[in-house]
Amino acid sequence: MSIKKDNNWEPRILAFCCNWCTYTGADLAGLNRMKYPENVRVIRVPCSSKVNPQFVLRAFQKGADGVLVCGCHPGDCHYSTGNYFTRRRFMLLQRLLEYNGIDPKRFQAKWISGSEAAKFRDTVAEVSAQIKALGPNNKFVGAHYDNTVMEKEAEGGKD
Amino acid sequence: MARIGVFICHCGTNIASVVDVEKVAQAAKSMPGVAFATDYKYMCSEPGQAMIKQAIEEHHLDRIVIGSCSPRMHELTFRKMLKATNVNPYMLEIANLREQCAWVHTDRAKATEKAINLVRMSVAKVGNNKPLHTSMIPITKKALVIGGGIAGIQAALDIADCGFDVTIVEKEPSIGGHMVMLDKTFPTMDCSACISTPKMVDAGAHPNITLKTYCEVESVSGYIGNFEVTIKEKTKFVNHDLCTGCGLCQTKCPTKVISEFNQGMSKRPAIYIPFAQAVPSKPVIDENACLKLTKDKCGICEKICPLGAINYKDEVRYTKEQFGAIVVATGYELADWKKMYPEYGGGRYEDVITGLQFERLVNASGPTEGHIVRPSDGKEPKDVVIVKCVGSRDPKKGKSYCSRACCMYSAKHAHQILDKIPGSRVYIFYMDVRTPGKGYEEFYDNTRRDGAQYIRGRVSKIYKEDDKLIVKGEDSLLGRPVTVEADMVILATAMEPAPKIEEVVQKLGISMDKDKWIQEAHPKLRPVETQSAGIFLCGTCQGPKDIPDTVAQASAAAAKVAAILCHDEMETSPMISSVDQTKCSGCGFCVPTCPYKAISLVEVPGRDGNRKVTKKVAQVNEGLCQGCGCCNAACRTGCIDLKGFTNDQILKEVDALCL
Repeated sequence: MSIKKDNNWEPRILAFCCNWCTYTGADLAGLNRMKYPENVRVIRVPCSSKVNPQFVLRAFQKGADGVLVCGCHPGDCHYSTGNYFTRRRFMLLQRLLEYNGIDPKRFQAKWISGSEAAKFRDTVAEVSAQIKALGPNNKFVGAHYDNTVMEKEAEGGKD
Repeated sequence: MARIGVFICHCGTNIASVVDVEKVAQAAKSMPGVAFATDYKYMCSEPGQAMIKQAIEEHHLDRIVIGSCSPRMHELTFRKMLKATNVNPYMLEIANLREQCAWVHTDRAKATEKAINLVRMSVAKVGNNKPLHTSMIPITKKALVIGGGIAGIQAALDIADCGFDVTIVEKEPSIGGHMVMLDKTFPTMDCSACISTPKMVDAGAHPNITLKTYCEVESVSGYIGNFEVTIKEKTKFVNHDLCTGCGLCQTKCPTKVISEFNQGMSKRPAIYIPFAQAVPSKPVIDENACLKLTKDKCGICEKICPLGAINYKDEVRYTKEQFGAIVVATGYELADWKKMYPEYGGGRYEDVITGLQFERLVNASGPTEGHIVRPSDGKEPKDVVIVKCVGSRDPKKGKSYCSRACCMYSAKHAHQILDKIPGSRVYIFYMDVRTPGKGYEEFYDNTRRDGAQYIRGRVSKIYKEDDKLIVKGEDSLLGRPVTVEADMVILATAMEPAPKIEEVVQKLGISMDKDKWIQEAHPKLRPVETQSAGIFLCGTCQGPKDIPDTVAQASAAAAKVAAILCHDEMETSPMISSVDQTKCSGCGFCVPTCPYKAISLVEVPGRDGNRKVTKKVAQVNEGLCQGCGCCNAACRTGCIDLKGFTNDQILKEVDALCL
């Protein structure tokens, strides 16, 4: 698949934001009427550690151009230690994705507290610009994994 | 098949001015599962809610999506609304069209497209929502207060007056904390002991308060309403049930060691009551100093005790107790300036003392019975230098924060010296004078009128020349160096958290800030709560503060505790993890990820072919789980899932956003 040079092309970026820090920071950005690109969509999770690598893979598979995982600053997690797990899982997954040809800029983790509205705005703008420069993601897209087939096979094997 | 209702709010013009709300509602109608969609000016208003209720009835909706402000704003409002219908309150999702769409974008077409996308995401999620039900857990109607300073005493008294049992755990042999060491309190100059000791006596005599002095918290488990706390009682070597506090043992003890209470300026015996007004007024034996315990000699106290209360074979005792709520009031210590400021003598000069030492010096019950004299030779000082911000507001050597009380107590010290020693001169080196409190500025003004000389600048060196301490500093207003020949120097040293604060924080599962002060849940709106439900804080463990603020915070924490203990049982959030035990392989990977120790492996009956066996599976304690979902991503079989944020729900959201 060739990368289209289309100036009107807008990336599709998913941001998993923890409820206590980054989601609050994003709300604060709104309260302060800060402006950022429309191409980022926030998915609210209780803690960044809820983000399963599966969610990220699914996003790339379904055509997302970038995925952000955002949580409280390390040491400030609402659940004490959640974001430490996030950090380790993220490191592993980012390297795995890079090995599979996905630019590390497409999958980033950022720590944004509930008071850092400006950091949220700047992060979104920065990541959005980076991914726009990279062009659309075509890795994994269309790679379809049908769960039902596996389950049927497993059932078949029992008989 | 789900029947979803979608309600798009205009929020006056907040959303509608940027997002084409009608178009969003129209688009929602064609989303899978949507049975009804509409828009309205104010969804959260009375008529808005009535409209939603009517639509639920008319269109037989079983779940709803509201496109409005942030769920952090009105999720509870709409859940309450659903309670009055036959739809479960958790069959609700909110698409954040205000804070995260209308307010942050200007391009109407793009914002509308994003809004449709966000609504599609919520519709996809709500389609997988399941009805959730809160459960009730019983509450132990008893509170634990850690720390018996003025904060802990006040909190305990207020809770006890509400009719609940309170236990105060204090690591020292007596309650009272730092306040009882002080001489007079600013700005009213009332005697500190005169106002704090009656409170100590009240706490000791209150039928609802149990004092556990010379004790420490060993471990804490459980959760709001049901904490299980192990309290360690250190070895007192004196049976307090028998002891009447006659004090005979103290007078006969041959060993003398430095008195902590008098800040090292006098001696105390090895068997001691820390100060005259102590509560309980019963002695303990310092096992590091006692001749009997260290060298197996002496034993005088045992011989002379008329009640036989001395027991050299005393052992550390542990007791387990249940509490419904915990108040942390562990207080402060003064930072050790000696290491931070070697240029001030680093402790070599006896006449360079801290503010707290001066409080003992000027206190009528102190080592000099209130006479201000130099510790080195007992002479009355004529020229006294007070150095402020020793360790505070000095990120390079000490702490970056302001210790808040020092400006005022330094002014008080100056006032006391000028008042008690005729012809004395007081020089105060300061960076800024901060007097934000009722009557504080007036007090500072009076001190200056009394004759205290305020010099704006830092002190660079203190050294001894003959009988005098030479204080070299800078007057930054005049821009020239200053040298003062002083008889005594008082350092207003920084406050820092109590030494074992890390242990306490770790045992309780709460958090600290960068300076190790305990972190409040919200600096403005939840100032006495911690991040852990049911654990509150008050006083200087949260940050430096003076007595009025400490007492106010203590009463606030007490009110919060009473608000929990006044219920017989409490509702728990149903949005917690649960395990599908039929799928669980018992690998235990989820167990260490839980910060609340809520997951454990249990044995359940299972089958291996036709054979009946027991297998290990994970189990979540519903009272402990706080619903972070950290364990979910660790699960290899995907059998542990967070209700309300299931893997399926989030995958559906991802799919919907990528359409």
